[in-house]
Amino acid sequence: MNRRGDIGALLERFGRGEVAAAARLISVLEDGGDEAERVLDAIFPGTGGAWRIGFTGPPGAGKSSLVHRVTGRMRARGHRIGIIAVDPTSPFTGGALLGDRIRMQSLSADPEVFVRSLASRGSLGGISNCTDETADLLDAFGKDIVLIETVGVGQSELEIAEKAHTVVVVLVPESGDGIQAMKAGLMEIGDVFVMNKADHEQAVGAAAELEETLRLKDVPDGAWVPRVVLASAREDTGIEDLVAVMVEHRRHLEERGLMEKMRRRILRARVRNAIMDRMERRLRESPSVRAVLERRMEAVYRGEASPYRVVRELEELVTIR
Amino acid sequence: MARKVRVLIAKPGLDGHDRGAKVVANALKDAGMEVIYTGLHQTPEMIAESAVQEDVDVVGLSILSGAHMTMFPRVLGLLREKGAADMLVFGGGIIPAEDVEELEKLGVARIFGPGTDTGDIVSFIRDRFPAN
Ligand SMILES: Nc1nc2c(ncn2[C@@H]2O[C@H](COP(=O)(O)OP(=O)(O)O)[C@@H](O)[C@H]2O)c(=O)[nH]1
Ligand SMILES: [Mg+2]
Repeated sequence: MNRRGDIGALLERFGRGEVAAAARLISVLEDGGDEAERVLDAIFPGTGGAWRIGFTGPPGAGKSSLVHRVTGRMRARGHRIGIIAVDPTSPFTGGALLGDRIRMQSLSADPEVFVRSLASRGSLGGISNCTDETADLLDAFGKDIVLIETVGVGQSELEIAEKAHTVVVVLVPESGDGIQAMKAGLMEIGDVFVMNKADHEQAVGAAAELEETLRLKDVPDGAWVPRVVLASAREDTGIEDLVAVMVEHRRHLEERGLMEKMRRRILRARVRNAIMDRMERRLRESPSVRAVLERRMEAVYRGEASPYRVVRELEELVTIR
Repeated sequence: MARKVRVLIAKPGLDGHDRGAKVVANALKDAGMEVIYTGLHQTPEMIAESAVQEDVDVVGLSILSGAHMTMFPRVLGLLREKGAADMLVFGGGIIPAEDVEELEKLGVARIFGPGTDTGDIVSFIRDRFPAN
């Protein structure tokens, strides 16, 4: 029993499709620890069905507005949608202002759409450590599409490529955006590029320029060729095209068995990361490891032992069978 | 990891002024809370559904339009229906004293009048979630 309620009871209500229970379980996952692992153990067999789509790009590009429009179209096709909107936690106060719902208002009237705002919390980039787990939960809750919105700054946008089957990069015609995107590595990860705010006059030119840039990229034979779509979330234009291209990308993956391949690659990376995290924590928290460090650092400071010498001594303490 | 207080700030009704709501949202953020701001023109149904999906600890409604006697009870009722009766609900706006009393009886934890120091709202929430 924690202050969120009894986990077993929550899981049972979750199984009955209760939204409040699903929401509370996401909070348990966010809090981490043993209870989070218990929840993940329980729901994991129900995952794997959802198409995970990342939306990334600079702040203000219109990601939330597009997610809102795309969700409308996907709902009309009968899909059940989960949305994860990640915004940065302030490194100074630990607080966060999560405003993506402002652009998704009408969705909160649709019970088949589940929107969850996450703060990035302890993670360095713009993505929450708990993004995969939240996507798992929505997946197991029966959502067949999970849209993940993250701010593309620094290196965090590269992480979205490890979480999503299809990555949509949202850009705007504002000057320098294209260059910024290249610098930030967005050009490497996009399967679909949206030039949003097509209601601005520079949009057509900017989209053409983007096409040019993308054409310079080497694409191996038979691989997906990234596409550019002009859209305006405000005027609701180009959204059909966007959805069509996204669906095409998914079909491309499925027809070549790449969806399953990608699923395995993503899971492998998750397991590897989870092992590393766990091992690191155990090392950091181990009193005997700490004792060696404390004792031997003096020798390193004095130049009597090299850093690697200390590592070897530590390795003798740690048995990995 | 330590728990974070999550707060939903909503602006129900038809009036288009959300400066007050934004000031409060920012103050709570600066106090280290995670604040979900939903924007203008929210119906009670939208507010309750958002609060449930976001699993917030606290719901703050900013009301200037005079519809408080219908808005608050409906949000409280919907939260109960959706299995989130334990959320703390507070409000801000110009609300007559007798209505304030009535609303507090119905389950609104506190009404903050115009000109409230945002620090008071921060400590009101902190007092109830001392772990944060
Ligand atoms: N002119 C124009 N404005 C847009 C369009 N899409 C979004 N916006 C506006 O751009 C701002 C940021 O949008 P938002 O969806 O919150 O961007 P995000 O930060 O990428 O999620 C808001 O004021 C939107 O109304 C568009 O297609 N055209
Ligand atoms: Mg956004």
